[in-house]
Amino acid sequence: MTTTSLTSSQGAGRAGDKVFSGAALAAGCLILAVLFGVALFLVIQAIPAFTAPAADIQGGEGFFAYIWPIVIGTLIAAIIALAIATPVSIGVALFISHFAPRGLASGLGYVIDLLAAIPSVVYGAWGAAFLAPQISPAYGWLAANMGWLPIFQGPASATGKTILTAGIVLSVMVIPIITSLSREIFLQTPKLHEEAALALGATRWEMIKMSVLSFARPGIISAVMLGLGRALGETMAVALVLSSGALTASLIQSGNQTIAAEIALNFPEASGLKVSTLIAAGLVLFVITLAVNMIARWIISRHKEFSGAN
Amino acid sequence: MTSTLTPVRKRSALTKGQLPKYAPYVVLGVALVLGAAILALIGFNAFGWGVVSAILFAAGLVGWSAAVEGSRKAKDKLATCLVVGAFLVALLPLISVIWTVMVNGIPGLLNPGFLGTSMNGVTGVFDNRAAEGTGPVVGGIYHALVGTLQITLLATVISVPVGLLTAIYLVEYGNDRPLARAITFFVDVMTGIPSIVAGLFAAAFFFAVVGPGTKTGAVAAVALSVLMIPVVVRSSEEMLKIVPNELREAAYALGVRKWRTILKVVIPTAISGIASGVTLAIARVIGETAPILVTAGFATSINNNVFGGWMASLPTFIYTQILNPTSPSNPDPSSQRAWGAALVLIILVMLLNLGARLIARVFAPKAGR
Repeated sequence: MTTTSLTSSQGAGRAGDKVFSGAALAAGCLILAVLFGVALFLVIQAIPAFTAPAADIQGGEGFFAYIWPIVIGTLIAAIIALAIATPVSIGVALFISHFAPRGLASGLGYVIDLLAAIPSVVYGAWGAAFLAPQISPAYGWLAANMGWLPIFQGPASATGKTILTAGIVLSVMVIPIITSLSREIFLQTPKLHEEAALALGATRWEMIKMSVLSFARPGIISAVMLGLGRALGETMAVALVLSSGALTASLIQSGNQTIAAEIALNFPEASGLKVSTLIAAGLVLFVITLAVNMIARWIISRHKEFSGAN
Repeated sequence: MTSTLTPVRKRSALTKGQLPKYAPYVVLGVALVLGAAILALIGFNAFGWGVVSAILFAAGLVGWSAAVEGSRKAKDKLATCLVVGAFLVALLPLISVIWTVMVNGIPGLLNPGFLGTSMNGVTGVFDNRAAEGTGPVVGGIYHALVGTLQITLLATVISVPVGLLTAIYLVEYGNDRPLARAITFFVDVMTGIPSIVAGLFAAAFFFAVVGPGTKTGAVAAVALSVLMIPVVVRSSEEMLKIVPNELREAAYALGVRKWRTILKVVIPTAISGIASGVTLAIARVIGETAPILVTAGFATSINNNVFGGWMASLPTFIYTQILNPTSPSNPDPSSQRAWGAALVLIILVMLLNLGARLIARVFAPKAGR
């Protein structure tokens, strides 16, 4: 190689370095800009809904009277989903990390990941066509025998398309998320802690209780919060499964609505102020899930050893 | 035991106070028989049999263990039963979903022209005829298939460069600077954006920039990119991080520029992981319904132009066929088409997942030497 070609290639190299690092930096900044833009454009398009006279908003009583029942509905659905998904996910994660035979464990993990691969609209269709009719007799039983509880107040929905069914479908969609995150954390338990517990004569369950679960508690909390973020924002399962209506305390009657499903059901035909109202509802959902996710990420980052859990 | 009668089979002191090895099988057998008997009294069904037997099995094993081995071992048995039970419970919906889609989807898929025709001109009249049995179920998913592939392709074209460059910035240039930490944090936060909010963002952006009511495939692609970029960044970042530093240092020692090192050494080493991460990201967004619903509208005819006009996609096709059947009085042909489309969608997603695993395995750099 001659000197000239060497120097010239060096010159090109320097420019290439600048261009390349500049492009990388720009891409990183673009992501920040996109997240900022999400908030900005939602706010811009939502402003008419906040400033419009109360009578023009759907329901005729202003934006906040419109939004709070569906916020409550969203929370109800998410809480049902988490109440079911959390114990099941922790059990599945423990099964894969500490109970299943070594050779099978990764294969079983893949099977659970398949749950996450199935598109949400398919879950919605499954919930509406298969689960709801199958589960409605159980609702009848609940209404007859536990109807004194406000949440099981009858008459039960004959179609089974209730917020409880939607919550069950949501829980199925949340299980793989909480499972895979908790599994990662369980596997990071220091081996010496586990072996020390076993050497002291602990049974497997005592070992898990003492070393694995106490080590993983913050990780489990953040995994559940990330699952909550997913459950809050999930649209299709609720839109297809729930026959929506006004806010009711009973989980086994048709009624209630979530923000995401409200947007999906109404946005395609909306125009004018209705679009702004729905975008404002989306903004509310965005703020709620952002808060939940940031708290979860903050818990993770506070315990740096869980960084592999992402 | 019967130790007084047959002293030969007297149990060793080491295994005393333990359940025999065959205990779970005995309890399982008894539980299955008892379960069948109970179910026979109240009306037999396989699902109920499984549930009742599982409960009987757990109760029997834990009770026996408590009597023979004491409460600590019994608690351990109970925990094992619960953990295994949780896994089986998690498998139920997976099996049920796949079974439901297969059973309902195969008839739809086998309709002639299902993959090759669109819904253009298919009206309730045809569906009423099909429901009466005087005509075939017509219409197909070609337009939705075209839409899904185009929207996903455009989203990939947007997301991969941005995501990969961001990952390169984080790993190679970031050095844990405040900006890099901020990007990492917000990428994590972005992973949690609800898909419908991503759709609303794209819609709001194009409404503000292009004009109210802009709904095209490109808007949907932007919405999907918002969902896809963080996935690409995370997986590429993980893959770039595990490229050994010795490779970079060897390149620098030979006088190679940093950008050429990244392009010629770092990325080729990590390419299998990056490619499989991108494939998984595609699998994630190809099934997204909500963002497409609010950004691309739904078309019934073939639209090959991503940048103009409403566009159909598989998920929105399923959604609209279920929620607004073509013939409101006879929803069966519509739901048949919807399940057929769901089957196609699941097959696509599974193929992408499988492809990701194959890419990771086949193109992985040779380990050791």
